[in-house]
Parts: sequence; structure tokens; C-alpha cells
Amino acid sequence: MRFRNPLANARNHGAAGTGVEHWWAQRLSAIMMLVLAAWVVYALISVIGATHAEASAFLAHPFNAGLAILFIATSLYHSRLGLQVVIEDYIHHRGVELALMLLTKVGALVGGVLAVVAILNIAFGA
Amino acid sequence: MVTDNRPLSPHLQVYRPQLTSVLSISHRLTGIALSAGLIAVVLWVLAVASGPAQYDRFMAALNHPVGLIAMAIWTLALFYHMLNGIRHLLWDAGWLLDLKGAYASGYMVVIGAVILTLLSWWEVMT
Repeated sequence: MRFRNPLANARNHGAAGTGVEHWWAQRLSAIMMLVLAAWVVYALISVIGATHAEASAFLAHPFNAGLAILFIATSLYHSRLGLQVVIEDYIHHRGVELALMLLTKVGALVGGVLAVVAILNIAFGA
Repeated sequence: MVTDNRPLSPHLQVYRPQLTSVLSISHRLTGIALSAGLIAVVLWVLAVASGPAQYDRFMAALNHPVGLIAMAIWTLALFYHMLNGIRHLLWDAGWLLDLKGAYASGYMVVIGAVILTLLSWWEVMT
């Protein structure tokens, strides 16, 4: 005897609704950061102990500006996905859970926008 | 009917910590620490964009003992989370899933993270 709703078979998500998508996004962003790690090492070596002029010259280069934006966007996204799982697992008060979830999502968005605008500012010499 | 205080499984207080379980929760803890570190990264970019005075103030804060301790923790957390993340990706691919593989890779991750942290701080300090 089959207990599964035919619609569940058609959608082919098993018990999950959106979990598969989250799982893939978490892993693909992780792999992307492994690739970007090579640039992060190069960036840290270039920037440690740098004066303001050296640091802005480094970030102003299109290659570094582009990869800095990619790195910050990817890591904020990866961080948000990870924090979401931690909040879902450990915060059992629905109200607090929703508030924290919103805080991490908005926080990542705000941090990302600020960082991207700042890098573009440096790159275009405004 | 009160359902909030039902005992949950597993009862952490009756389990002896194992390498595998400690590394598992460490992955989450380092992920949370690195999320906080991302705030510092965004602030650094904003400091560069804000000019020499702001940049120097930010760098002075980073070089304060508290900032140095935070950066040391973030370095270790970053290498640990990266190496253990690779371990998780290998598990997702179906590798190292036996007890022996889980323990051997676990020790490698811990030793690797410590070595990479010491190497990079030695590189910076000398």
C-alpha cells in the first residue's frame, strides 16, 4: 500500500520543500570560497602592514576590486546560509528564531551593499 | 498540555565527548566566529574608503591586544573551518564515511589548522 501523495512523487522533493536548494547553495558557495582562498592569501600578504595609500591602490586595481566583491558577497551568503541552520537547530522560541533569521539576512545584505559600494568608490577614485 | 520540556535525544550530558562530535560542533562554532569576522572585513573595506584618518584608527584597533587576539582566533577558525569544510565535502561525495576515515581526517584537520595558523602568524611576525 502506498501512503505517498501522487503530488509528492511529481514534485520529487521527498519530505523536503526547499532543503535541497539550501544544501546545494551552501556547498557550491563553499567550493567557490575554496577557489577564492588563493586570492585571499595573496590579498592578505599584499595588505598586511600596508599604509592607507597602499591599501587603496591594492583595492583600486580592477582584478582585486572584482575578487574582493566576489569574496565578500560569497562569504556573506555562505555565512547567512550557515547561521540559518544554526538558528533553526538551536533557537526553539519561534519569535526569537524569526527575529534572528531576519537579522542575519538583513545584516548580510547591508554589509554586502556597504562593502560593494565602498570597493567601487575606491576603484573609481571617488 | 505542556510539550516544551520534553527530554530531547541525544542527551548531551550523558555522552562522553568524542573527536567526531567535538569537531562537528566546532565547525558550527568557528562558522559563527567567522561570521563575526566578516563584520571586521566589511569595516576594513569601509575604513579604506573613508580615508587615511579612519583607516589608521581602524588599524590601531586591530593592533590593540584585543584585536590581535581576535585575529588569532579568526585565523585558527578560518583554517579549521576551511579544512573541515573540505572534509565535509568529501563526506558529501561519499568518501571517508567509515569510522577510521572520519577519525584520521579529523586528526589531519586539527593538525593542519594548527600548523597553517602558526605558519601564517610566523610569516607575519618575522
